[in-house]
Amino acid sequence: MLKLDDLSKHFDGVRAVDGLSLEVDQGEVFGLIGPNGSGKSTTVNLICGVLSATRGKVTFKGRDLHGLPPHRRLNAGISRTFQNIRLFGELTVWQNVWIARRDAPGREAGFIRNWFGSSARTREAIEETLVFADLAGRANDLAQNLAFGEQRRLELARAVAARPDLILLDEPAAGMNREEVEDLRQRILALKHDGITVLLVEHVMELVMGVTDRIAVLNFGKLIALGTPGEIQGNAAVREAYLGSPDSESA
Amino acid sequence: MAFYFGLLQTIGIHTLLGLSAYILLLTGQLSLAQVGFFAIGAYVSGILTVIFEYHIVPGLFLGALVGGLFAFLVGFPALRVKGLMLVVATIAFSEIVRLFFFNLNWRVSVNGVEVGPDSTQGFREIRFYAANGWDTLDVVLFVWLFVVIVMALLWWLDRVRVGATLRAVGADELAAQSSGVNIVAVKVSAMTGGGIIAGLAGGLYAHSATYVDHLTFSVLLATFAVAYPILGGLSSVFGTLIAVIFVQGVLIEGMRFLGDWRNILFGLLIIIAMNVRPAGLIDGKVVLRIREALGTGKKSGGEGHAETR
Repeated sequence: MLKLDDLSKHFDGVRAVDGLSLEVDQGEVFGLIGPNGSGKSTTVNLICGVLSATRGKVTFKGRDLHGLPPHRRLNAGISRTFQNIRLFGELTVWQNVWIARRDAPGREAGFIRNWFGSSARTREAIEETLVFADLAGRANDLAQNLAFGEQRRLELARAVAARPDLILLDEPAAGMNREEVEDLRQRILALKHDGITVLLVEHVMELVMGVTDRIAVLNFGKLIALGTPGEIQGNAAVREAYLGSPDSESA
Repeated sequence: MAFYFGLLQTIGIHTLLGLSAYILLLTGQLSLAQVGFFAIGAYVSGILTVIFEYHIVPGLFLGALVGGLFAFLVGFPALRVKGLMLVVATIAFSEIVRLFFFNLNWRVSVNGVEVGPDSTQGFREIRFYAANGWDTLDVVLFVWLFVVIVMALLWWLDRVRVGATLRAVGADELAAQSSGVNIVAVKVSAMTGGGIIAGLAGGLYAHSATYVDHLTFSVLLATFAVAYPILGGLSSVFGTLIAVIFVQGVLIEGMRFLGDWRNILFGLLIIIAMNVRPAGLIDGKVVLRIREALGTGKKSGGEGHAETR
């Protein structure tokens, strides 16, 4: 479904992502982990078009995404959340979801209806999304007045409202307590159940190991391991990358 | 009475000018080009009614359209710059427009009288109202008809997805893009809409004043255009109206008796107002309270979901 081919991003000589090739299959929850600065967020930004690649390409559903700006990639079916919460603070919870809302293929509202009107179908869909994120009771509150955990859920709701085929979650569990992480795990499984492919960038291993089908491990912008959670946990190179090793320079 | 009618026209026209900047401020763009579009609207509609003897309605309409066209053209290069650079670029545009009209000499004989823009002497014969027997009250009502239409339109836009999208771009461009918003299209549309409103305001101004010259369209007026919505607050279109009444009615006219002291107090009161009400005279809380008082629990974001709580 999503294919990265020799993807590279260099910032003034720093190779943030360096020749990364991997493939994410339809319907799986795919984990992307690695130590700080290993190129995970850069990879996410390359996939959704915030950054443009120095080399290599991103193919999604057989289509080369080269040169497509972020909003066109969303229309192509890729949505995301942000590592640092980026909501529209002075808009209501409802409006935050409303902006990102897309109709199902073949059922798109016309230009006038889309921008100047509203339909019962749209309202229902937004309410459904808010229920999914457990925010139904806060529809009319300003996003900036939500608690931290609620803001994280709203980010997820906004990404889901776009009806993506692939959703990129950039450290969604950062700053969450155990209970909230478990909540998030259930929500990710619900997305998977709905047939949405998930690319999860995360530091919270408890979540990564408990929800992903496969995991890719990055270090210094390169892929150092790829496998099931079980395989990754037993991988020596991964352990070295995270903990360091006295008798090896790098993995 | 004539004084108050004159003041009402000024307030109406400045409200339109302020609203043209308001729509851009929603998308996070601070533009001093509004006075340029205002000048274009003034000259174009004046030329149409004076030289080509159009009725004022198509004259205003075309003036607004040309203002919008220039805003559309300015919108694309202006997008490449942000913040202070946008301010500088838009000042430059307004100055180009002002200097163009400073040099524009187009004298034509209409019914045996020579009329039209006369470069440094200004454009002196914009007398549609007087020539057609409109009295001052007619003019006031005519101006306010447009003010009401534009305010209602913007108020409504804020209740549909367009408004939320404009505000989303103003709040966080990256998040808006990632939510599927084409920010180039949104910003150029806002610029064009603002240009149309400013052009309309310019046309109304030219006909109320009967006389325009390049000095009218100074950077000071451009500053006023953005100061109104900022002072009034971006929560609602009514903020801009209140700010214009406050500045034109209270500060400028109401304190005329203070003589030279007025100018000092003027600046001081603006500073105090901005400190006491940092989010504008009409901020989100006031809007909420007014809605509650009116018993309209409905709020922006489409009907029906207000009862979800």
